[in-house]
Amino acid sequence: MMELVCPAGTPAALRAAVEAGAHSVYCGFSDETNARNFPGLNFSTEELTEAVAGAHKRGAKVLVALNTFPRAGGEKLWHQRLADAEAAGADAVILADVGLLDYAATHHPRLRRHLSVQAAAANPDAINFYAETFDVKRVVLPRVLTVQEIAEINKEIDAETEVFVFGGLCVMAEGRCSLSSYATGKSPNMNGVCSPASHVAYAEEGNELAARLGGFTINRTPKDRPAPYPTLCKGCFTSENQTGHVFEDPVSLDARHLIPALAKAGVTALKIEGRQRSRAYVAEVVRTFRAAVEAVEEGRPMPEGALARLAEGQAGTAGAYAKTWR
Amino acid sequence: MELTVGPNLFFWSAAQVRDLYDSLVSAPVQRVVLGEVVCSKRMSFWTDQIPPAIEKLQAGGKSVALSTLALITLKRERKMVGDLLEMGLPIEVADIAALRLIPEGTELWISPLVNVYNEGTLRWMAKRGATRICLPPEMPVESIATLARAGAEEGVAIEVWGHGRLPLAISGRCYHARLHDRAKDNCQFVCGEDLDGREVDTLDGQPFLAVNGVQTLSASTACMAHQIEALREAGVQALRLSPQTGHFADLCQGYADRIAGRISGDELVAQLLPEAPGGRFSDGFLHGEAGAEWSGRTAAE
Repeated sequence: MMELVCPAGTPAALRAAVEAGAHSVYCGFSDETNARNFPGLNFSTEELTEAVAGAHKRGAKVLVALNTFPRAGGEKLWHQRLADAEAAGADAVILADVGLLDYAATHHPRLRRHLSVQAAAANPDAINFYAETFDVKRVVLPRVLTVQEIAEINKEIDAETEVFVFGGLCVMAEGRCSLSSYATGKSPNMNGVCSPASHVAYAEEGNELAARLGGFTINRTPKDRPAPYPTLCKGCFTSENQTGHVFEDPVSLDARHLIPALAKAGVTALKIEGRQRSRAYVAEVVRTFRAAVEAVEEGRPMPEGALARLAEGQAGTAGAYAKTWR
Repeated sequence: MELTVGPNLFFWSAAQVRDLYDSLVSAPVQRVVLGEVVCSKRMSFWTDQIPPAIEKLQAGGKSVALSTLALITLKRERKMVGDLLEMGLPIEVADIAALRLIPEGTELWISPLVNVYNEGTLRWMAKRGATRICLPPEMPVESIATLARAGAEEGVAIEVWGHGRLPLAISGRCYHARLHDRAKDNCQFVCGEDLDGREVDTLDGQPFLAVNGVQTLSASTACMAHQIEALREAGVQALRLSPQTGHFADLCQGYADRIAGRISGDELVAQLLPEAPGGRFSDGFLHGEAGAEWSGRTAAE
């Protein structure tokens, strides 16, 4: 069966994901060492140790994301977190930075290494580079590839692949985007945050709600309509005489129907985005996807479910996997 | 402090490319990086200008390197790295995937589009053959200073983004094509219509970003006119000037004058602002603020 890799922003969400059928959960420490460094989210070392023990008891694995780029002069924190993850019994760490991969391979050789999507390894050369140089066992693929391209990549590499199937969608090459820090000073690479709530301001102006990020208007929504969170690349902008979603339509990834094709393409694991989501959300999405991978495994038709309402209130899309913009 | 001219990020005609590099032969810059970084589809239109440009620039005493693409995806793009190697020059690595295609022993310069954020990564790159690293533009000056010290120990020169619209993101999707309601494979090379990128404003009319094919840049032009002393103090060895339209060789001369103390930061700003794409400057990344911020007084407005 394809491995279902599920998000856990809190110990409660981790338990919920495991109970709902997650084969693996991924999580991070409560600091800038991971790319979901949000207030009230993530794990202390004690919580992680307990969570790993609990997950292992139920046959689930725990993957620890250390997927930001260590700060110059501050690498010790990331190194400490590698040791903490190994001591807690983590099944793998998810890394993006070359220096940290090198350190992990040297100092924690038995701790399994996965390559984070933040490294945006989108071709066989990049993947083989990480696999050969740092003995990376699995690569989380960027959300820019078609199923066909994934199949081609899998023929040329000696590592497992994991792909996103549900949740938020980055259209920029992950880990290579400074849009957020241009507007706010806080970036995914350095601070583990994108379009941070600390820099968001809403203002009622006439019949509209303006949502600004670092003072830049990202969206204006009629007052009677739900206002989307002002994630920078999903904003509405104007270029010359055109106004619209210049970078990305506010859609959310739902690739459930592509699971059979992804299995055929040689993908090992399916990843659900959303460590910032509630326990109830995680449980429902995981349950739905677990039913889907079981159905695929047993050759049954895909069970229909109503996940659309969970998808940021937006339409679901198969994203790049079924590319329409190439 | 030295000056490096980065690769031209935009889609210019062969004649415009030739004029740019002709103008740089006698400009006060120490080195020039050539090559297509953003989109391989543009290459057949202008890359025949590269060999003569190399010859002239080297005759003018400049060091020259060739850049890889920033996002290598297609098979033919992977093969292009081999074509670059045949020229026998240092390679500027703009996509880490290229490292697998470049033999050990090749001199490497590391592009600002490759993530070198800390000493561990810097040391790894040095061992792999890097002699210069242009740091990511979002890096604050304290981090730059730390890496310049590590670089000095490893024999790696540290360079920072000195002037030009900031390269903020790269994508598999082409925004220029999207703005023209075209698919990427049928783009009809519309990015060539916007020689400094196409501006993207907020719904309130604030200049914000600029698209350049699959790349997203800042609308403001980064300008280190007021930061020379801070960067020198941090141990930075070179400023990277990114080609833009207008009198680019004069821009290089302006920075050389500023570095030599012949003109002030304000004088350089006054000289450069009229030709700055977007008409405003920024230097906020250096002090850990939003990158869009500008340390200058009224000159940016």
